[in-house]
Amino acid sequence: MLPDVVLSVRNLSVVFHTPDGDVVAVNDVSFDLRSGETLGIVGESGSGKSVTASSILRLNNSNTASTTGQIFVSGVDVLSADESDVRRIRGSEVAMIFQDPLSALNPYYTVGKQITEAYLVHHPDASKDDARSVTLEMLKKVGIPNPEKRIDEFPHQFSGGMRQRIVIAIALINNPKVLIADEPTTALDVTVQAQILDLMKELQTEFKMAIVLITHDLGVIAEAALDVLVMYGGRIVERSSVDALFSEPAHPYAWGLLGAVNSLSNSSRGALVTIAGSPPSLIDLPKGCSFNPRCSHAFEKCSTQVPILRSVGTLGSVTACHLPDETILSLGRKAAAQ
Amino acid sequence: MSQDIALQAVNLVKYFSTGSSGVLGRATSIVQAVDGVSFTLPTGKTLGIVGESGCGKSTLARLVTRLIEPSSGSVVLDGVDITNLSGKALREIRRKLQMIFQDPYSSLNPRHSIGQIIGDPMRIQGIVTKGNEKVEVQELMQRVGLNPEHYNRYPHEFSGGQRQRIGIARALSLRPSVIVADEPVSALDVSIQAQILNLLENLQKDLGLSFVFIAHDLSVVRHIADQVAVMYLGKIVEVGDSATVYKNPAHPYTKALLSAVPVANPSLRNSDKRIRLVGDVPSPIDPPSGCRFRTRCWKASDICEAVEPPLQPDGSGRVVACHFPEEQAVAVGQSPQ
Repeated sequence: MLPDVVLSVRNLSVVFHTPDGDVVAVNDVSFDLRSGETLGIVGESGSGKSVTASSILRLNNSNTASTTGQIFVSGVDVLSADESDVRRIRGSEVAMIFQDPLSALNPYYTVGKQITEAYLVHHPDASKDDARSVTLEMLKKVGIPNPEKRIDEFPHQFSGGMRQRIVIAIALINNPKVLIADEPTTALDVTVQAQILDLMKELQTEFKMAIVLITHDLGVIAEAALDVLVMYGGRIVERSSVDALFSEPAHPYAWGLLGAVNSLSNSSRGALVTIAGSPPSLIDLPKGCSFNPRCSHAFEKCSTQVPILRSVGTLGSVTACHLPDETILSLGRKAAAQ
Repeated sequence: MSQDIALQAVNLVKYFSTGSSGVLGRATSIVQAVDGVSFTLPTGKTLGIVGESGCGKSTLARLVTRLIEPSSGSVVLDGVDITNLSGKALREIRRKLQMIFQDPYSSLNPRHSIGQIIGDPMRIQGIVTKGNEKVEVQELMQRVGLNPEHYNRYPHEFSGGQRQRIGIARALSLRPSVIVADEPVSALDVSIQAQILNLLENLQKDLGLSFVFIAHDLSVVRHIADQVAVMYLGKIVEVGDSATVYKNPAHPYTKALLSAVPVANPSLRNSDKRIRLVGDVPSPIDPPSGCRFRTRCWKASDICEAVEPPLQPDGSGRVVACHFPEEQAVAVGQSPQ
């Protein structure tokens, strides 16, 4: 593990056992995250992005899911560690914020109590007064106006954007090295989304933490991420820098996504670029490359052999596609220019 | 009234009372969900309505489709005032005016087969003979891109995008002239959104439909709408041609809304032109006096607090409700008094 790598995921696979059969939600996912960096994970519903995130905190129910592989946080493998070690890591090393800030907060406790509680779990020797002043400080940092009064209010007294600020305060109160943000702005209006993305950026600089940003919105990715994983059918199909993803996307699925977004934001009224078909069922994934039934460039090999991730181009992109390099690069540039 | 106006809303108002009624039956507070909204939808065109949550856009959809009763104002469909229709007359107009809903999961009855879901409206309205129903339904299924052989399947057997196609087929089953679509693609993945938007546009072309298209996603509305109305706290703040409004927004709120949308282009990331609104939308229970946007507006002055700006033409073919509309509008339109 390189010195500044704060999170390292190796060959992560998650299989859920359901009455209808095994669902392979995450399949052989590996990535590293360096301090201060923001890694975006983008994909459609069912692509495995949220399950990847919850695995990092070992939040999957071990009775219904088998999780294999390794996830290193500060040299500890979260997946094989003792429950007490995992509990120490949760919150103090890796923290998480969720999509829906209302259901992430307990309606029966004041926001102050919920933030203080997170602090006291990892600072058992701190006095209540200390914890309260740390909490007040945090509320100021996340931009809650009039914190002295609002610390004693309940979640329902806050708006959606303010609630998400509270959730961020809980996540950051122990100064974690990694923040996992699972669709943090999806439930918010655009003007509030812009505020929260700005806030996350500010706090990232201040706390020098790494962020895993999970979203389905390529606009959010373009705004906030440095590197991007594109997931499809539980696998990583592309890893690129954000600039490469938008100038030279390397996987046919990324071309389709970008095409759909670009043709929508163009002012022309022509037909939109679409990806034919719908996302695959994880119980019965297509053979070979899971994207092949929706891919207009698929050929024989695509339906028999799973493509492995390989480097392509000069921008450091990695893709899992059987097409030859030149084809990928030229079609990718074309898709980006649409 | 001109022949080519499909749907018109005139000064629609909807107040909801909230909280428990007191001993004397008085409601504790009033939510001003929609407060004096008027619009005109020309035949065969699409009117987009955008705004953030709580701005009243869904209430407006329910008002014009007569799913809820307005506190005041009227709805005119094909030149007929439908605001006070009931019984048989109301059922007649339901045929002309249909709705597509946001959530393709909760808007379909899980116990009914697709054939029933799409066929029921036809049977209830008596526009199809019994023997002919299946054929008609399957034709519709084909039209919206569903496999007609799936006639006997149930909603849970379909994906989100396919379910939304079922909802569209149901709306089309009565051959309406106006369709009100309330966030029809916001529950769908990006790649599926594009499929559904293309379908709606093709249907509009083929069948001459008029759409009221409600969405919070500005790029979706920009793509599909001829005219766009921007709502804030129960009122329309700006209406005009999509191209004009998106290119040169006149109302500060429109401008802020447009600039808050994250652009899928990393090279624009740190552009300083971004407008960041502070704070949240005020409560519709106790909206600000004068201009409702003034508490978050960087241009607000005394007049904004005292006088509510009326919606008035600014000379570029749109109407805007602002004392200090953006520059290009001031240059060609009326300047504030």
